[in-house]
Amino acid sequence: MGEGDKATIIVHSGEFDKVYSALIIGTGALSMGMDVSMYFTFWGLERLKKNELDKGPLSRMNFLGLGKWMMKRKLKKSNVREMDDLIEDFNELGGKILACDMTMEIMGVNKEDLRDDVITDYCAVGTYVKEAKESDVTLFI
Amino acid sequence: MVESKKVDVLGETCPVPLVEMRKAVRKASPGDIIEVIGNHPESKEEIPMAVEELGLELMSLDEDGDQWVIKIKIPEEDRRGRR
Repeated sequence: MGEGDKATIIVHSGEFDKVYSALIIGTGALSMGMDVSMYFTFWGLERLKKNELDKGPLSRMNFLGLGKWMMKRKLKKSNVREMDDLIEDFNELGGKILACDMTMEIMGVNKEDLRDDVITDYCAVGTYVKEAKESDVTLFI
Repeated sequence: MVESKKVDVLGETCPVPLVEMRKAVRKASPGDIIEVIGNHPESKEEIPMAVEELGLELMSLDEDGDQWVIKIKIPEEDRRGRR
């Protein structure tokens, strides 16, 4: 792997639309031949709990869930692949999913609460910085 | 043995055509040919970009109305080692 072949994405947000964007960018980058690591932290980490991936609210115009309901309908109508399938694609294409250890501690999240089937590893900030230094694309979502 | 594989992404939208193309490439062997059939307009531009990034060979791009067919060849010698 030469330079420019790696992307690191921090998923700090837990909102539906932001996690969706992160997963689309992640699978897209893998498809273009990059190595991709996604670091889930703070509100993003909540989405790695079992059955929580698509449970976040919309970041704007959620309207107590009505906005999200409409958005989900539109996504379905446009035949956009569901988040659960996208995260499987991400894994299948060799992407890494990292869960932030410190967030787990402060938010009282145990490993048993999280999706072991998609998480590659648990880590701290140093791992991210090291990977980000080797990356040409790094995003904070 | 050289195989020819079809990837049907008709009716699919971003990022599925790219993702399915990539999955097929990962499973293919050197010399294999992958035929991607779709109608998502952006993917017609983006799959050839990915083909270049992945160090593969773009054999052809044919269009019929909104529909397109992209033929990709996996090089015998994988120089860039990206697959």
